[in-house]
Amino acid sequence: MTSFIVAVSALVILSLIFGAILGFAAIRFKVEGNPLVEQIDALLPQTQCGQCSYPGCSPYAEAIAKGEEGINKCPPGGESTIQAIADLLGVEPEPLDAEHGTEKESAMVAVIREDECIGCTKCIQACPVDAILGAAKQMHTVIESECTGCDLCLEPCPVDCIDMVPIDGGLPAWHWDKPIQIIATDAGNTDALNEGKAA
Amino acid sequence: MNTSFNLFDFVGGVHPAENKTQSTQSSISSAGIPEKLVLPLTQHIGAQSKPLVNVGDTVLKGQLIAAAQGFISANLHAPTSGKITAIEDRAIAHQSGLSDLCIEITTDKQDKWIEHSGIANYQDIDASQLISLIQEAGVTGMGGAGFPTHVKVSAKPDAIKTLIINAAECEPYITADDMLMQERANDVISGIQILAHILKPESVLIGIEDNKPKAAEALNLALKESPENTLIEVIVIPTKYPSGGEKQLIQILTGKEVPSGGLPSSLGIVCHNLGTAYAINSAITKGEPLISRITTMTGNACAAPQNYEVLIGTPVKHLLEVSNTDIKNTSRLVMGGPMMGFTIDQIETPIIKASNCIIAATKQELPDPAMEQACIRCGMCTEACPAQLLPQQLYWFSKSSNLEQAESHNIADCIECGACSYVCPSNIPLVQYYRFAKGEIKQATADKLKSDRAKVRFETRLARQEREAAEKVAKRQARAEAAAKKQAQKKAAPAQEASDSKAPPAADIELLQKKFDATKAGVTKTKEKLAILLADENADPEKIELLKGALTKAQTKMKDAAKVMAEAKKAEKASAFTSSDKGDPNTPERLKNKLDLAQSRLETANKRLEEAKAENSDKIEAFETAVTKQLERVNDAKLALETAIKTSATNNVPASVDLETLKQKVLAAQTRVDKANERLNMAKEQNLETVGALQTGLDKQTSKLVDAKAALEQASTEEAK
Amino acid sequence: MTDYILILVSTILVNNFVLVQFLGLCPFMGVSNKLETAIGMSAATTFVLTLASLSSYLVYEYLLIPLDIEYLKTISFIMVIAVVVGFTEMAIRKSSPLLYRVLGIFLPLITTNCAVLGVALLNIKRENGFMESILYGFGAAVGFSLVLIFFAAMRERIAVADVPKAFQGSAIAMITAGLMSLAFMGFTGLVSI
Repeated sequence: MTSFIVAVSALVILSLIFGAILGFAAIRFKVEGNPLVEQIDALLPQTQCGQCSYPGCSPYAEAIAKGEEGINKCPPGGESTIQAIADLLGVEPEPLDAEHGTEKESAMVAVIREDECIGCTKCIQACPVDAILGAAKQMHTVIESECTGCDLCLEPCPVDCIDMVPIDGGLPAWHWDKPIQIIATDAGNTDALNEGKAA
Repeated sequence: MNTSFNLFDFVGGVHPAENKTQSTQSSISSAGIPEKLVLPLTQHIGAQSKPLVNVGDTVLKGQLIAAAQGFISANLHAPTSGKITAIEDRAIAHQSGLSDLCIEITTDKQDKWIEHSGIANYQDIDASQLISLIQEAGVTGMGGAGFPTHVKVSAKPDAIKTLIINAAECEPYITADDMLMQERANDVISGIQILAHILKPESVLIGIEDNKPKAAEALNLALKESPENTLIEVIVIPTKYPSGGEKQLIQILTGKEVPSGGLPSSLGIVCHNLGTAYAINSAITKGEPLISRITTMTGNACAAPQNYEVLIGTPVKHLLEVSNTDIKNTSRLVMGGPMMGFTIDQIETPIIKASNCIIAATKQELPDPAMEQACIRCGMCTEACPAQLLPQQLYWFSKSSNLEQAESHNIADCIECGACSYVCPSNIPLVQYYRFAKGEIKQATADKLKSDRAKVRFETRLARQEREAAEKVAKRQARAEAAAKKQAQKKAAPAQEASDSKAPPAADIELLQKKFDATKAGVTKTKEKLAILLADENADPEKIELLKGALTKAQTKMKDAAKVMAEAKKAEKASAFTSSDKGDPNTPERLKNKLDLAQSRLETANKRLEEAKAENSDKIEAFETAVTKQLERVNDAKLALETAIKTSATNNVPASVDLETLKQKVLAAQTRVDKANERLNMAKEQNLETVGALQTGLDKQTSKLVDAKAALEQASTEEAK
Repeated sequence: MTDYILILVSTILVNNFVLVQFLGLCPFMGVSNKLETAIGMSAATTFVLTLASLSSYLVYEYLLIPLDIEYLKTISFIMVIAVVVGFTEMAIRKSSPLLYRVLGIFLPLITTNCAVLGVALLNIKRENGFMESILYGFGAAVGFSLVLIFFAAMRERIAVADVPKAFQGSAIAMITAGLMSLAFMGFTGLVSI
């Protein structure tokens, strides 16, 4: 019987000591905030469009860091962003959640048809990066180099004079495509060919 | 031959078949003047030049037709006399196959020169002047890259120790520089001397491969003939591809390596192509701008392969005709050499300042690329790389788009010479992968920059909004505090403060008035626009709908503005009253009013019930309940009234006789009537549907006013009694 | 002195814990996708293993044996390991949140890493002394790290290589691990410990 008591008390004392150590460590190594949020935010495209249902890229990054939100909610970021976040967090990349929008073919910018603009400043208030220049009853125009293509300005415009047009960089923006690789050993394997064609 | 010169070597390199003898059998001939010349405005690295002529202008040979934009840009001159027939997008000599803005000249075969003159003794001219002459002449690098020469020769004084002239011409098939040296060595040496005069280096080295013995001989002869030269040395180097690469040539001649991502000028070395030196000579000594170049026309499909002096802008088609090329037999048309050149699809593509060779190749000569096979990790590419990179690793990284690793393995230092693809036993197009990766890296860097900017703008905006909100709150607080202070002061000195306290509310009211006017104006404007659209038959129905919606929005805004203003006015009036007490609600009059009201409502309820019964509608039950409820209310009111009368009779409350309260009531009723009138007028103006309701409201208020006035009179007469 | 060197050689190469004794395979397969992750994991495991080995020895020697309750060694070693891992987890979370996030669930899973408990128990079996216990634990950790890093480097290359469809993913990883194990068999008999 005594040996039993000795054994139990030894274990209890041991666990108490260990508990104390861990408690001390918990206080000593307390972590404030979450620097991970900044790292995730750095990977997001910063269009601040709200398509992920968060008011900006930072809140979405916070939600991901907390684990509340999936990583596949960002259409402007597209597949590459999902992959990058998946690599950072060491999780599996998921396909883009179509509920929040689809990845656009090419980058877009907003263009205001100046003949129809009534100078109401609604689009200026809607733009998350202040890319629209103008004042009340003055002409409004989109600063093309700052526009992120989030299309938040389309809705507030009462006369619907804003268009989204794809950016065409022309010759300076042209660059090579990936070579389509069809390995000779892939006899009968059309996946590589199709993949290459899609790329 | 170099006797005492110590030659170094670079790691790697390959020895492809040279194929140069075909095009060195004849001397340089002129390619003649084609029907039309197509001159792209971007034939150089840097900003596109701006056209100075218009369609229809007549130009002379050597006339400036496009001006450089900025420092890193180049002028463009008309290669022959003629008329400008177009300034538009045309197919250009670029790997992408895209078009770019070009000036088209229809030649008049007169070949009339513009007034020009050279400088006899350039030694007397100061370096900066010479540089500006070179700039005016539009001289760019003739070796293939096309970097504006005046930028390259603008070095700080004493910065350049070694001037290297690139006469290596290491790529197979190309013999343009070879023939230039053989036939015009004196001009070449003169050009080199001009460069030496500008840069004042300690030594000038001409690097030439040993497969060009005749050229080396010609150069040495020319050097002997020009006595003032003491610096220039002709160094013969072993033939190896790519010895003609700038960094490789520097390494061979000096043993120094250009640092990764750096320029040769950091080592005190500058490298110019031989053809560029020749062009500099033409520009300075003859006053001729860069309007032609030596281009090798070669290939098995070409009947008479040789070098031609071609006017810039000559379409390749013309050159093919002049050289008797069998176009049908040409399976591939390459601009440049077989290692670094690119295929052109359209024979109208023009020759530009940097086009050194055209190869019209037959199928056997340059067969289709073999199918890419799996990498066997043999490492031959790494052995061949002249830049000492790891092509195999770069291949894996480029293939899997691992841009980070590709960048850290110095893919930016790849000169795209093609030596690795040349030796690969699996026929992997390595350079294509690197070009793809480089493009992706460039795109990713640009995207990152843009997103960082967007983030900063977003955060600034949030900060601005917060600041504005905080300012508003602070202002409101300050105003509230000021108002409270004034209230306290007012209690101490009522007379004086009365006028003061009116001022802030008045200002507010003014503001609100302005706002109201603005909304009114907005409504009128939208109405006008709508009227115009409705009048127009071809108007877009969607637009009409939108405008109608906008109109309703504007009208609601106006109503709101009016409401706010009215409330403000009420508040102002309320503050003017010393007492906000509306009086005791249980006075007999009030209760009488309540009773009357309840009774009238009962009547309406009954009426509705009758109607419903008559129509036999399903609302009968609802109306019955309404009637019962109303009946209850009437009885309650009756009861309350009786109790009140009893109590007032016992108390003999003089409240109902209070003159002050009556006067206030009259005033209040008056205000209400005024307000109702206002609203009605406004509604009438705008033709709103609420006119009817407002009219009834006004009538009610007027009747109440009459009652109140009557009560006041009665009270005053009683008082008087 | 030679004893200590022999212990190290034995635990790192000859009787490598992962490839020869087949302990600790869970993090070996799970964390070896990227080289940076593998290096982080190696550092964490080294710290945990050495400390746990030492602490287990101390607990056994100065608590369990005097009180005659050696039969409680398994549970007390588990407790020791859990505490050490908890401590390490908090320390990593403070110093490198990215590593913490990247290692994810594998950090607390070091507790269940059979190599750690194995080292503790084997120390007892071998009747290792104080210094030997530390070195045994340290050597085991170095061996684990070595193999983990090798494997991660190889897996990174395999990821972009032309692997036949049927073998892609875990299959080729297992085969590679098996081949590595075969290679390490070459050390057998080098040191008889």
